[in-house]
Amino acid sequence: MTDRDALFEYLLRLGDNTLVLGHRVSEWCGHAPVLEEDIALANTALDLIGQTQMWLGLAGDVEGEGRSADDFAMLRDVWDFRNLLLVEQPNGDFGQTMMRQCLFDAFHFDLLSGLAGSTDDRIAAIAAKALKEVTYHVDRSSETVIGLGDGTEESHRRMQAALDLLWPYVGEMFMPDAVDTALHEAGIAPDLPALRASFDTRIDEILRQATLVRPDNAYAHSGGKTGVRHSEHLGHLLTQMQWLQRAYPGAAW
Amino acid sequence: MYAQMVTSEATQEDPQKLAAFQARIDAGEKIEPKDWMPEGYRKTLIRQIGQHAHSEIVGQLPEGNWITRAPTLERKAILLAKVQDEAGHGLYLYGAAETLGVSRDELTEMLLDGRMKYSSIFNYPTLTWADMGAVGWLVDGAAIMNQVPLQRTSYGPYSRAMIRICKEESFHQRQGYHIMMKMAQGTPAQKKMAQDALNRFWYPSLMMFGPSDKDSVHSAQSMKWKIKMNTNDELRQKFVDQTVPQAEYLGLTVPDETLRWNEEKGGYDFAEPDWSEFFDVIKGNGPCNTERLAARNKAWDDGAWVREGLIAHAEKRRAAKLAAE
Repeated sequence: MTDRDALFEYLLRLGDNTLVLGHRVSEWCGHAPVLEEDIALANTALDLIGQTQMWLGLAGDVEGEGRSADDFAMLRDVWDFRNLLLVEQPNGDFGQTMMRQCLFDAFHFDLLSGLAGSTDDRIAAIAAKALKEVTYHVDRSSETVIGLGDGTEESHRRMQAALDLLWPYVGEMFMPDAVDTALHEAGIAPDLPALRASFDTRIDEILRQATLVRPDNAYAHSGGKTGVRHSEHLGHLLTQMQWLQRAYPGAAW
Repeated sequence: MYAQMVTSEATQEDPQKLAAFQARIDAGEKIEPKDWMPEGYRKTLIRQIGQHAHSEIVGQLPEGNWITRAPTLERKAILLAKVQDEAGHGLYLYGAAETLGVSRDELTEMLLDGRMKYSSIFNYPTLTWADMGAVGWLVDGAAIMNQVPLQRTSYGPYSRAMIRICKEESFHQRQGYHIMMKMAQGTPAQKKMAQDALNRFWYPSLMMFGPSDKDSVHSAQSMKWKIKMNTNDELRQKFVDQTVPQAEYLGLTVPDETLRWNEEKGGYDFAEPDWSEFFDVIKGNGPCNTERLAARNKAWDDGAWVREGLIAHAEKRRAAKLAAE
């Protein structure tokens, strides 16, 4: 793997995470529990899609084969996607959506904070811009998890169920592979295992206030960011997202 | 034009007060929430602003239908921003209605159980991507026709809400027209989609203004109060006059064989929509009435535990804060 291949792969991971999560969040449009949440969810999705355009746009530049962010989003199949398994998980109820968001945001915030100091100026600039948005995302999702965890008996039960369901997808975020290690050694990306401590501190505090119990289960599913084995959910998401581009190849929209 | 067939309330109050009130309106003054106002004025406004707010909320659904299938990341982002704006419009309008003494929850309940209406247009399905263009171009275009004059409406909070809304609506209309332009200049399949969208949305857009009200007593009262600024026919004519050249520029055909420029009146002659269809839609028999209302009810019912949970948490925090003081 050349440095360029590793960088390309890494940028796809960043862009695919925001693309797939942005898509998932956008599925809520018009169906949220309260008007303010409709607005906030649309706003989050919008931020994530904007970040996708920047990450995948840069991936195209690095690859140098003339592929655009749209080409990556609309014309790749499941095995070429490099997003974490966590972000492709279905929305479930509002609690599950916000728990998924909170777990990802807590990771995303630390990741972007590290990337903002990247030796690659292009990455540092995108990360700095995205970090402003993600600072708001993590505040909002953690406040919502706390509010619902510490709300009624029913909301507490639902949030604990969401946490139990999603916890096995946390580990993949911090599991480095050859790509992560190469980028870290080049000073481009932060050290993933080192981010875990900060994540744990943040999440433990959120869970404490939310009166939720961190699952004992240390098992971590993997295969999303390497593209080796995604969940069945991703294919259905792509079916919907890519439909127009696949049905009318070559058309400009 | 998101409020249709709003009947104004008769008012039986002190004639002196009524005359003084009318004089303020005639002088172009704004009526503010704490000012005295006739009961009929207040009730008519609640109905009209409420219906407008509900239309913004239900209006998220036909466009939300395409967010997950938008053809490019940019189109997806623009559509998300637009739908987010609409939810925001709903918020300002519910806020304006609340200044008249009705809560957002009360208005929501009346929407969900069918006591209050939303615009007939949102009961039509969005079947292809070109419908996102047609909705922006025609539906938002029709809405702007009505909302621009309403910026001068007599009720202060409503007028201020309209000023904010109009700024965003013109962006919505432009993005819709831009979608249509891309498709009209695109492949034969895209052009066919664009024409089909215009065919399906033309008459429902004309219906948005409501049936002719030139002889309506209710409309006359609303116009006197400056709650309604133009008759439905005036606005419809203006809309047709503006839209026909835009369709020509796109190379699309307005589905009306009787459409002719009338030199004498300086506007187009055009066919009236099928008003029996309009009344069917208003009565609940439009193609999507059932789905739209079911979707709103489901969102509300499924969200009950979230609203209750967040309220319970806020109360616990307040109690803990009090105990600490």
